[in-house]
Amino acid sequence: MAKLESRFGSFGGRFVPETLMNAVLELEKGFEAALDDPTFETELRDLLRNYSGRPTPLTFAKRLTEYAGGAEIYLKREDLNHTGAHKINNTIGQALLAKRMGKRKLIAETGAGQHGVASATIAALLGMECKVYMGEEDVRRQAQNVFRMELLGAEVIPVTSGSRTLKDATNEAMRAWVAAVEDSFYLIGSAVGPHPYPQMVKYFQRVIGDEARAQMLEQTGSLPTDVIACVGGGSNAIGMFTAFVDDLAVKIHGVEAAGKGLDTEEHAASLSLGRPGVLHGSYSYILHDENGQIIPAHSISAGLDYPGVGPEHAYLKEVGRVRYTAVTDEQAMEAVKILCELEGIIPAIESAHALSEAIRLASNGSVAEKILVCLSGRGDKDMGTIREYFKGEIQ
Amino acid sequence: MSTLANAFQTNITNLIPYIVAGYPTREVTIEFIHLLASEGVAAIELGVPFSDPVADGPIIQLAAEKALEKGVSLADVFSIAQSVRDQGNDVPLVLFSYYNPLLSYGLKQVAEEAAKSGFTGFIVPDLPYEESDALRIELEKVGISLVPLVAPTSEERVAKITSTAKGFVYCVSSLGTTGVRSEFASNLDSFLQQVRATSTVPIAVGFGVSTSTQVQDLQKKADGVIVGSALVKRIMDLEQELSNEDKKQEALNSIRGFVKELLS
Repeated sequence: MAKLESRFGSFGGRFVPETLMNAVLELEKGFEAALDDPTFETELRDLLRNYSGRPTPLTFAKRLTEYAGGAEIYLKREDLNHTGAHKINNTIGQALLAKRMGKRKLIAETGAGQHGVASATIAALLGMECKVYMGEEDVRRQAQNVFRMELLGAEVIPVTSGSRTLKDATNEAMRAWVAAVEDSFYLIGSAVGPHPYPQMVKYFQRVIGDEARAQMLEQTGSLPTDVIACVGGGSNAIGMFTAFVDDLAVKIHGVEAAGKGLDTEEHAASLSLGRPGVLHGSYSYILHDENGQIIPAHSISAGLDYPGVGPEHAYLKEVGRVRYTAVTDEQAMEAVKILCELEGIIPAIESAHALSEAIRLASNGSVAEKILVCLSGRGDKDMGTIREYFKGEIQ
Repeated sequence: MSTLANAFQTNITNLIPYIVAGYPTREVTIEFIHLLASEGVAAIELGVPFSDPVADGPIIQLAAEKALEKGVSLADVFSIAQSVRDQGNDVPLVLFSYYNPLLSYGLKQVAEEAAKSGFTGFIVPDLPYEESDALRIELEKVGISLVPLVAPTSEERVAKITSTAKGFVYCVSSLGTTGVRSEFASNLDSFLQQVRATSTVPIAVGFGVSTSTQVQDLQKKADGVIVGSALVKRIMDLEQELSNEDKKQEALNSIRGFVKELLS
């Protein structure tokens, strides 16, 4: 029988109210049982392949490579998933688990709306009820995604507490789960939260790295020299990194959002500038003041705009296996433009953080080196932000 | 100063009110403590405002937010308690805090400062039994009780949780967050009996208790009854009056009236 660790070194754990403990323990048991059941895996693989369109391609970015003038750049195309990002890998997995555990009601939190849309999508497919908690500020900024979720039959509940963004939506989703714990499943959107969520989200997202590793070997004959992914909560990153953690020759880089700069107060760089603490059920790096009050994050990319990070990233930082760095709003937006013009791909602004770092590393690297980037999502959702940012520059 | 477990025998009532420390101001919080103590409450829970209070409903969230806007910190909560003690009041004080502010302050330092400023118990709503050793050890060194929470869904966990309970056991009346509600868990009676059967310390029930009828009913089933949101709501309704010297006494009287009504 599968038994999962609740800690990554000293990080992780289960810091939730007693009212949730039974649900969290039940979830752990349910997930471990699913891991031992081959039919669960079969169902999961079937939906990933025939519904989401996996495996996603690995694209050699020829013109981007020429532009950088050094190492080769390869893109893992999570943007080509159904609903436009890696988020669907996790929602398919968790919703199948919910069904298996007899829970017909899904509760989810969302920032930009990508996880909310992915949750609403799978709820529709499996005939489940879906409530999505979203900060009032994000509801306003992401009106189109709100409409998408509603079109898919989900109920979007605006959250008016605190900073009215993702962290508050997560608080409210947890509160809603407590109140409806008997028939509801909390479908968390990133590799955060109390055990077993970080383990579970990693399990559902590791398909990214598993595929990419095999594709690199098949298409290029060797492993990449560097692997890069953006890190908010860190689900696409942990999904990509897991396949390479034991390949010690492969350098791994996680890219956080530096927002307006690491020397300003407006960033979302929990690993680079935060310190350990407890937020949303786990012990990890978080942004908090000297009194332990959580500080709202800032990033132009709503998906990275979160003051915490998954506990396994905290561990990978501490043991030095992954190098974590940060890219500013400005650098990310420049990378958006470059990828559009050179490769005909509009990336999500989240993914553009990883791209920016990839271009920088590639330009310093040799032609013998190969850099694998997780292109976690497409930029359709970001049209408003991108247009606003380049106002005057792009007609 | 009496111990927390003894408080249920020696005090006049078995009510445990909860207030948010520093709301509406540090000074008024001190006045509330004196007021509540003079009504003979068993103990007072002093809530440390936190930015992300997942176990709390909208009323306590809002009060905490307002206290944070004024910069109220854990250190202020210790100084509030210290002032109360310096003024000769020995009502049992229980610190109610989420875990992160405690971790951030340092568990050893928290325990020492809390003991020095006169706290006799701690309640940490997001620290389940499995994660509680580090804090419990520090609190035991200074003679402070870590009061555990049990819920109607705790089931087989109840025995394990009550085995290390000190002070009292906090029984959550129903699932959901703190806040006014009309109904408790349908299995509340059997749940309370189960806790009673395994606990060696008094049991108190809270979450959603707002009326004197509820207090009367729960008093028969538990050793203590906790009232939080309903009291904080009353304070919130009187926020302006409480900050106006001319109207403050009247507002305090009204709050006293509410406490008396709860106990009537």
